[in-house]
Amino acid sequence: MKNNSAAFETLLSQHRAQVLAEWQAELAAGGGGRSLSTEVQGTEQLLDALQSGLQAKGSIDNFDDKGWEKSREFLAALSRSRAAQGSTAADTSRFVLALKKPVFSGLQRVLASEPALLLHTVWQVSTLIDNLAQFTVTTYQRSREELINRQQQELLELSTPVIKLWDGVLAVPMIGTLDSGRTQIVMEALLQRIVDTGSTIAIIDITGVPTVDTLVAQHLLKTVTAIRLMGAECIVSGIRPQIAQTIVHLGIDLQGIITKATLADALQVAMKRAGFVVSRSKPAAAGAAAAPSAAAD
Amino acid sequence: MQRIPILQLGRNLLVTIQVDLMDQTALALQDDLASRIERTGATGVLIDISALEIVDSFIGRMLASISSIAHVLGASSVVVGMQPAVAITLVELGLSLTGVRTALNVDRGMEMLRQATEEHPDDRESDRD
Amino acid sequence: MTANPTATEGSVPVRSENDVVTSRQFVRKLAQQLGFSLVDQTKMVTAASELSRNVLVYGGGGDMEWRLRQDGLRAGLTLSFVDQGPGIADLDLAMKDGWTTGGSLGKGLPGSKRLVNEFELVSTVGQGTRVTITRWK
Repeated sequence: MKNNSAAFETLLSQHRAQVLAEWQAELAAGGGGRSLSTEVQGTEQLLDALQSGLQAKGSIDNFDDKGWEKSREFLAALSRSRAAQGSTAADTSRFVLALKKPVFSGLQRVLASEPALLLHTVWQVSTLIDNLAQFTVTTYQRSREELINRQQQELLELSTPVIKLWDGVLAVPMIGTLDSGRTQIVMEALLQRIVDTGSTIAIIDITGVPTVDTLVAQHLLKTVTAIRLMGAECIVSGIRPQIAQTIVHLGIDLQGIITKATLADALQVAMKRAGFVVSRSKPAAAGAAAAPSAAAD
Repeated sequence: MQRIPILQLGRNLLVTIQVDLMDQTALALQDDLASRIERTGATGVLIDISALEIVDSFIGRMLASISSIAHVLGASSVVVGMQPAVAITLVELGLSLTGVRTALNVDRGMEMLRQATEEHPDDRESDRD
Repeated sequence: MTANPTATEGSVPVRSENDVVTSRQFVRKLAQQLGFSLVDQTKMVTAASELSRNVLVYGGGGDMEWRLRQDGLRAGLTLSFVDQGPGIADLDLAMKDGWTTGGSLGKGLPGSKRLVNEFELVSTVGQGTRVTITRWK
């Protein structure tokens, strides 16, 4: 296909003001509640980028061409900022597609005397603008995905603090559903802390985990196995009665993991195993039953 | 050929793996350890893998083998210093290394070996050296 | 073996035990280059180790083809382990495993599969095997 960007180039350089005005009018008419000044700025910059793209011999057929690098950068930046602001994909592509009408009427004026060339050029430019719009939407989608992933990551990290309960005893309170992504984060954070603190016991408290099915149990098992492999022990606490029933009902094999109903129970076991003796130096308040001191074996 | 040195510390044998092991090196280590345990009457074997960044199924099986061999020859063994990334990968691979005792570091590992010998002092003849 | 800093694909031989070690170290370099996290690096290198060994032990030697990937905004690494060996007769059996039993791992294929994002196994009896794995950042 003959690459005839000459007419398009002429249009953009000699009739730029008119194309710009008509494009902005299109955008204003389309509504969408977007600040007109930002839109105006965008239009001028994109036309600049397109002009330099044409000068750099960017091929009308191929928007991935090296010549269009500046245009791609501009559109990518535009998409990213729109995505971050919460615009829709439709809004973003509309910005680009609204350029078609002013360009077509412009080309009609420039190539009035050459209908065959006009048809040809209109087709090529239409394809080019379509590619621009597609590129914009794809970048927009990727940006949204990136944003969502980042937010998810931050949320996961926030809800997975590793706490040092005592010398050599760490605890991780799990809150929310335990999926594979979550498990990975917990494993990495917990194992690293075990190494850093030289802790021998890790307590994973699942009071905040709503359901435990075979999949969740598998994830827990993986975490416990990894901890054992490194030479530390693991206790799972916070097993609610319903969870206990589900575990038995589903026939989940906990493979010898020590489990306790409460974090307090788990801590008691952990202290014992770590070789600590816990005793009370003052008598308990009158009326309350004195708790027997836990002695190390 | 690459050969991993085995150090003797009292009644214990110490192995520190610091290189990327070729399969035959791992097999040679197994052989060497077995004969050293027998020759010296060692009661404990400590394998330090804190420098190992990759433990695949072959190395994993080697560690398990060494554990079993030591046990059969009357010595206890412990693998120490597994890196977190390695532990996570091993679990994903499906290797749980059951039967292999592990400890966080050399100190804890030696402590474990000491306790094991204290619990079973009569398991090894002491007139071997 | 040094990586040409501008190359995005290539192939290294897997014909000896030394090659298995070298390919591991090479994959480590590539993964580091792409900025993989330590755990992801370790997983990829371990998978490469398993599959390289298969090429040597079961395939009679072969090659590891590598390719740096770029899919829009994310980077990735694709490795293909190729041999002209006897091939795998029962693909289903080769991909079966008992995760919790920790017993014999056979060719370690299902384990390797879990370490990567994409896994493809093509094998023809009498002609050879190609295992392709990809890990994205």
